[in-house]
Amino acid sequence: MLYINCPHCGMRSQNEFSYGGDASVKRPELNKEVSDQEWDNFVYNRKSLRGKHLELWQHISGCRQWIKIERDTATHEIFRTFKADEEVA
Amino acid sequence: MTQAFRIENGGLINKDKKLSFKFNGKTYFGYEGDTLASALLANGVHLVGRSFKYHRPRGFFGAGVDEPYAVVQLYRNGETEPNIKATEQELFEGLEAKSVNCWPSVNFDIGAINNFLKIFLPAGFYYKTFMWPKSFWYRIYEPFIRKAAGLGVASTKHDNERYEHKYEYCDLLIAGSGPSGLASAYAAAKNGAKVILAEDKPRFGGSLLTSDVNIGNQSGKDWAEGIIAELKTMPNVVVKNRSQIFGYYDHNMLVMSEKVSDHLPSTKKYHPNKRLWYIRAKEVLISSGSIERPIVFGNNDTPGVMLSSAAKEYLKVYGVLVGRKPLVFTNNDSGYETAIEFKKHGVDPVVLDSRKNAESEIIDEAKNLGINIKNSHVVVAAQGYKKVKSADIASISEDKKQLGKIENIQCDCICVSGFWTPTIHLASQSGNKTKYKEEIDAFVPGQSKQNEITLGAANGVFSLNETLKTSFKAGSELSKKITENDNEIAIPNVVEKKSSQHDKFWCVPLPEGKNYKRFLDFQNDVAVSDVEIALREGYRSIEHVKRYTTLGMATDQGKTSNLNGLQLVSEIENKVVPSVGHTTFRPPYTPVSIGAIVGREVGKHSKPTRKSPMHEWHKKNKAVFVDAGVWLRPRYYKKGNENLFEASKREAKNVRTNVGVCDVTTLGKIDVKGPDAAELLNRVYTNAWLKLPVGKARYGVMLREDGIVMDDGTTTRISENHYHMTTTTAQAANVLSHLEYYLQLVWPELNVNVVSTTEQWAGAAIAGPKSRDLLQKLFPNSDVSNEGLPFMGYTEGDLFGVKARIFRISFSGELAYEVNVESDYGNFMWEKIIEIGEEFNIQPYGTEALSTLRIEMGHVAGSELDGRTIPYDNALEGLVSKKKDFIGKRSLQRSAFTAENRQRIVGVVPLDKQTSIPEGSHLVKDDKAKLPNPKLGHVSASCWSVEHDNPFSLAILKDGKNMIGQKLFAMSPLKNKVIPVEIVSSHYVDPKGERVRS
Ligand SMILES: [Zn+2]
Repeated sequence: MLYINCPHCGMRSQNEFSYGGDASVKRPELNKEVSDQEWDNFVYNRKSLRGKHLELWQHISGCRQWIKIERDTATHEIFRTFKADEEVA
Repeated sequence: MTQAFRIENGGLINKDKKLSFKFNGKTYFGYEGDTLASALLANGVHLVGRSFKYHRPRGFFGAGVDEPYAVVQLYRNGETEPNIKATEQELFEGLEAKSVNCWPSVNFDIGAINNFLKIFLPAGFYYKTFMWPKSFWYRIYEPFIRKAAGLGVASTKHDNERYEHKYEYCDLLIAGSGPSGLASAYAAAKNGAKVILAEDKPRFGGSLLTSDVNIGNQSGKDWAEGIIAELKTMPNVVVKNRSQIFGYYDHNMLVMSEKVSDHLPSTKKYHPNKRLWYIRAKEVLISSGSIERPIVFGNNDTPGVMLSSAAKEYLKVYGVLVGRKPLVFTNNDSGYETAIEFKKHGVDPVVLDSRKNAESEIIDEAKNLGINIKNSHVVVAAQGYKKVKSADIASISEDKKQLGKIENIQCDCICVSGFWTPTIHLASQSGNKTKYKEEIDAFVPGQSKQNEITLGAANGVFSLNETLKTSFKAGSELSKKITENDNEIAIPNVVEKKSSQHDKFWCVPLPEGKNYKRFLDFQNDVAVSDVEIALREGYRSIEHVKRYTTLGMATDQGKTSNLNGLQLVSEIENKVVPSVGHTTFRPPYTPVSIGAIVGREVGKHSKPTRKSPMHEWHKKNKAVFVDAGVWLRPRYYKKGNENLFEASKREAKNVRTNVGVCDVTTLGKIDVKGPDAAELLNRVYTNAWLKLPVGKARYGVMLREDGIVMDDGTTTRISENHYHMTTTTAQAANVLSHLEYYLQLVWPELNVNVVSTTEQWAGAAIAGPKSRDLLQKLFPNSDVSNEGLPFMGYTEGDLFGVKARIFRISFSGELAYEVNVESDYGNFMWEKIIEIGEEFNIQPYGTEALSTLRIEMGHVAGSELDGRTIPYDNALEGLVSKKKDFIGKRSLQRSAFTAENRQRIVGVVPLDKQTSIPEGSHLVKDDKAKLPNPKLGHVSASCWSVEHDNPFSLAILKDGKNMIGQKLFAMSPLKNKVIPVEIVSSHYVDPKGERVRS
């Protein structure tokens, strides 16, 4: 079970969190013309990465904040965690 | 019964306490401190089971966790448990156990015919034999395999034992209490670190209990006892015996199973049977020791053949002689240690050493005791069926290929030592890249992936002196990093006998003309010949060979078989062992009870149960409850002998004619507050929200980004910047997460806060033509007229001193209101409604009547919003704004969603107006069509329409828009029903919606 450093609460066990997918996906702006391809990329198309992956998690049984986690999908190593509005350098 | 093989003096058991037990129906005696295995051996019982495939007689091979044979069915306190190792099960008064894998009895086993048929049961026999003809599978092969397979029988009764889970955090977790575990624990504890020391056996000390060594001028055993006694007094140390760390998971999370009660005749009151510990450790020290490995020879599975270390342990710990004429077969000095122990107890062993000449202190001692030693000698085959009677032995050439003249010598047990295999399972589970250590012909941990270090024999270090030095150092350095204390510890002086180099010899060649079975995997009956076949048939990867032959796949995970299997593959393939590689070790290290894994989350406790504040009232008034997510809701209220159908019909009918009240507390409620609240709602819902006035409610539908309906409900504007959103009971948590996602990640600029208020409000829906009259009496000071509180209106009122929210919304399709009060007043509100409603013939109604009412009205719910439908499918396209953008809107342009013949909700009535249509039925054009019969749609919800007094269903039907009036068939193969039906509008009652506005 992963041990996740919530940037708001500190080290907590994985079972307090729920997974929210790829954090690099950006929702197209409202009221903007979007091509089918663009929209499909946003809704459906994901890379199944092996290695470093920036992903979203929500601390549902804690502070309820959505956070970003940089994690290795093969080794489960967690490199860094970020608040929702923190820039990932 | 006498314990004929128990020695007079010696052993760590308590001879003052005699215990009686039963094995296969026969009564025996043992002592407190025995295992079932040691007690049976004390009574001369060696035959304990039959092997898995060939049903060959099986005895004891080890003395602990490594035991591959002696798996029994245990009976304790009226319960039975399979897959128990007799070598681990501690004896208690009245213990009962039986052999497994044998029928009708262990002495006469019909399955043993497989032994004579073994030529037909080679490697991969499951794959090959049971393939053809196909029709034989269910009738013959499967029942046969089922009867033959398995290591016991699971109980079919409810398990009354209690199991607990415990979460723990520590600085150092130490697996194993042998010399390295004790030394590192002691050093770390002295530095003030929080230490957990886990030992799987009942006794602490590991190898120190049986080895002839001296530490700090005391025996190894006494030294271990002293350390444990001191550790137990330290507040920063947890010392646990009978506790097996079986799994090493990510981020240094380890799981340990503590046997709290297995050694007792019955579990003590308020105690669990087992306790599962989830331990998050900063550092893990693996001191799991090593397991002796066998040498492979003919009939090496005969009862009486066992590991030499096991024979020594039975003697030194339990005071039991495993034989009176022992033969020791060894390729290293460990065999001599066992021989010396025998000799000390007046038994004359014969030692066969595969080495031509070896010299060491240990061997000198054996020689001085006058032990008969034969160098360059091997056991070719054990003789005897249910017990070793003699051994065929021979000299062996230096290249280990040629056997000399075979000679038969009498013996009653054969104690084998093929050197030692470090127990690297935990390190391997943690992701450690293990490496092959040539000097010991075995794998040891290599590069650590997590914060883990392996010490002592588990790391391939077999010198006690070196083990203690490295372990004290590791314990002190790792703890120093954490606590910043540096208390020096004097390392005690060690006296141990030096041993000589072992022989890299592991398998005795077959003598000319003999075809003895030489077993590698004792639990799964995998012999040398099986691996040879697999390789001949082209299997190369060790992972494939493992699965094809089942080598190392039994419950013992190949603890005694893996390395010899690798040796064999590498010899045949002319490769070195490391390039063959070992198979992956996965948790659990030993079998773990399902009960321990489940813990307290059993039955009703598997999830929380939520009850509304009116629950007790419902119970008193004969409510029959149903699970709605985690909530318990009244399904109907039983009157007299009514069944579900009759009661729900009565309740629904009363809503249509008088007035009913329904507990709607379970609906999800979310407070949406902030200056941008309307903007958020406008983006989340498909319809327009910017112009909703204060004091008004609106029905809304929200989509996922893929255009599928996520949830629906009404949201009310309580004040300028305050909205009260309702969700379905099932989606409440998901909708909250959904809103938080958009507020925190996508549109953080919106100034809105959301919070769940589901449990803060109790809700009652009052529905029916007389509901307004009732409401007026409940709120005499409020204007609840059609003008004062119109449909979708909202007001606040005073319910006999309690502040209430009144919403004029309707799910039943009748004139209806929903009253909310703070949860603590829920019961007060409910009782007032019932009391005052009496004159209007009020009746409470449950979820079944609620469903009936909404179905015949054509209102959609979870069975239509099933994660596969868009607004159009539910006839909700009128709520989809064309002007503004919202979540999921772009997806609605997808061609499948705009297709002319898109599926859509319809009503379904059986032509006979009698037969209820099972939910889930498929709608087809032709009931006699060839299979697969094209499916046009499915029935999502069914009820008995109280308005029309006949069955009515909702369905999602292809091209539903143009299907009204069509005649189709509803087919339910599950219920074996074919019902001719007519498609009608989904609005079966009050299609214009006049009642809700009346
Ligand atoms: Zn948090």
